[in-house]
Amino acid sequence: MDNTVVSITNLLKKFPVGGDFFTALKDVNLVLNEGEFVGLVGPSGSGKTTLLNVIGGLDSPTEGSVHVLGRAMDNTSHNERASLRRKNMGFIFQSYNLLPVYTVFENVELPLILNNIEPEKREKLVSEAIESVGLSHRRNAKPTTLSGGECQRTAIARAIVHQPALILADEPTANLDAENSHHIMNILVELNNNLTSSFVFATHDEKIMGYLKRMVYLEDGKIVKDESINKKSTRK
Amino acid sequence: MLFNIALKNLLGARLRTLLNVFVTAFSFFIILFMLGMYDGMLQHAKNVTIDTEIAGGAFWHPEYDPLDPMSYEDSHSNLPQDIQALVDEKKAFPVLVSQVSIYPGGRIMPAILKGIPPDQNIVNMPTEALLGINDGTIPVLIGKGMARDSKLKVGDSFTIRWMDADKTYDADEGTIIYIMDTENFKLDMGHIWVPLNIAQSMLEMKEEATYVTYAAGITNDINSKQWIHRDVNYLVQDMEAIIEADKPGAQIMFMILLALAAMGIFNAQVLSIFRRGKEIGTLMALGMTRSRVVGLFTMEGGLNAVLATIMMIILFGPILWYFGVEGIPLPIDYSEMGLIIAKRLIPIYSIGLIVSTMSLVSIIVLIVSYIPSRKITHMKPTDALRGKAIA
Repeated sequence: MDNTVVSITNLLKKFPVGGDFFTALKDVNLVLNEGEFVGLVGPSGSGKTTLLNVIGGLDSPTEGSVHVLGRAMDNTSHNERASLRRKNMGFIFQSYNLLPVYTVFENVELPLILNNIEPEKREKLVSEAIESVGLSHRRNAKPTTLSGGECQRTAIARAIVHQPALILADEPTANLDAENSHHIMNILVELNNNLTSSFVFATHDEKIMGYLKRMVYLEDGKIVKDESINKKSTRK
Repeated sequence: MLFNIALKNLLGARLRTLLNVFVTAFSFFIILFMLGMYDGMLQHAKNVTIDTEIAGGAFWHPEYDPLDPMSYEDSHSNLPQDIQALVDEKKAFPVLVSQVSIYPGGRIMPAILKGIPPDQNIVNMPTEALLGINDGTIPVLIGKGMARDSKLKVGDSFTIRWMDADKTYDADEGTIIYIMDTENFKLDMGHIWVPLNIAQSMLEMKEEATYVTYAAGITNDINSKQWIHRDVNYLVQDMEAIIEADKPGAQIMFMILLALAAMGIFNAQVLSIFRRGKEIGTLMALGMTRSRVVGLFTMEGGLNAVLATIMMIILFGPILWYFGVEGIPLPIDYSEMGLIIAKRLIPIYSIGLIVSTMSLVSIIVLIVSYIPSRKITHMKPTDALRGKAIA
């Protein structure tokens, strides 16, 4: 049975800058499988966030093919990509992107509302997600009253609550101190062990690299190394 | 689903919602108040004219043209029988009209003399004052404006010169016995009022009249073929024409007020939505389609309008009600300018005004919610997520 979650072939991504184009990604070939815990690693401007956005359907490729969960992202409408994200993806952002007027519970509940889940089932799933990140005692708190670590844990709960196949995290620990970063990563590792979801991180935070099971190194928009931690390195 | 999220967003964003709703409610209030004042002013002018001059309507002598003083000379006769019957029943009163010259303080002034029964109570005029004295002079009632122009005061005597039915000029002394304070400048400016029997005697027109005014509420089956029936609708048509002619002005005023309100709402709403670019990006990342995001923000705008209506009723309703009952005193006497404007303006809030204002302001709110959110959703989600400025 094919357990490929993401399949990228000869990806090229260019952005218009002034009258010219900036090449953000070039000759990217990558396959991610179910249950992986992968980091897209590289310095600022190496293209890791762009690659993450292309995988998430938030950005479209200039050339090449991108298949996510069996769907060609280069050949789908906005609505189809939105539907894919809604049902099969979870996002964790560097700056949390929680809705400030909602409580922890309501923020986590939002993906379930968008997926038209029944209120009773929503209550159960949200409670489980909040519990899994250790925030049951803050379920009625607003984001403005939470610490950075608590905000990110809320964002994680929001990303996993609908049990998506793919969770994309963009610099999830960049705004956190060391202690919170390790706490967050421990939660994510545990979730990865308990769920079948694949986790993809864009990061240059060395603190969290030890948690990754596979690291894909990017430099100037190209994959320069693809390393599985439990296996021998495989250089592209 | 969108409704619940929109409601949650609005109620959750307490201060932002309060400000947006307040701006919209205040716009409702200002438009209703200003246009209510305007409608009240026009309605008041009409009411005053009916109350003090028109009553239920009139019968005119066939030659009578109030706008042509030259016609007064020939516009008098005995009353037709059926009209005379109304007068006898005190359901109507006759008025005799003539051109005269008066000489207050030695100056000559043209004036319109009107003979009116002092005991009439069909129009709201202090004609009973004409019963006051009998010193051999002609008792004269004038308005404040006429008194000011002629520098006459109560007790002053002056010469009145007229031409009688036989085309003979005659003159006599008149005495001001009362100066009335009326809002209807048409009874005041250039007019002198005397008892009907004296006017008939002066003009050699015994039992004659120029027009007859009848009381309101008389169902009219009188159809005098000799005199011309003028109902209220006809008699207020010049007023209606002024209102009609002023409609473009009223519409411009409405548009200006609406534009000002729209600018206020646009500023508040656009600022609020553009500040939420990151939130919109997040919703799109979570899988909300563009059309749903636009629908959500437009619905928030609609709910904003509903809340504004409620706030307007609670916050500004008592103010509107108070002025609607008590009116607003005006510091200037506009009768000098030839305008019938109340000394205390009472705004009138018609259902049409309320519905049209509420509808238009609500549509504006919806539009200014729809346009910016549509613009944001057409950004790349990645730019929206970064809270990138919108071009």
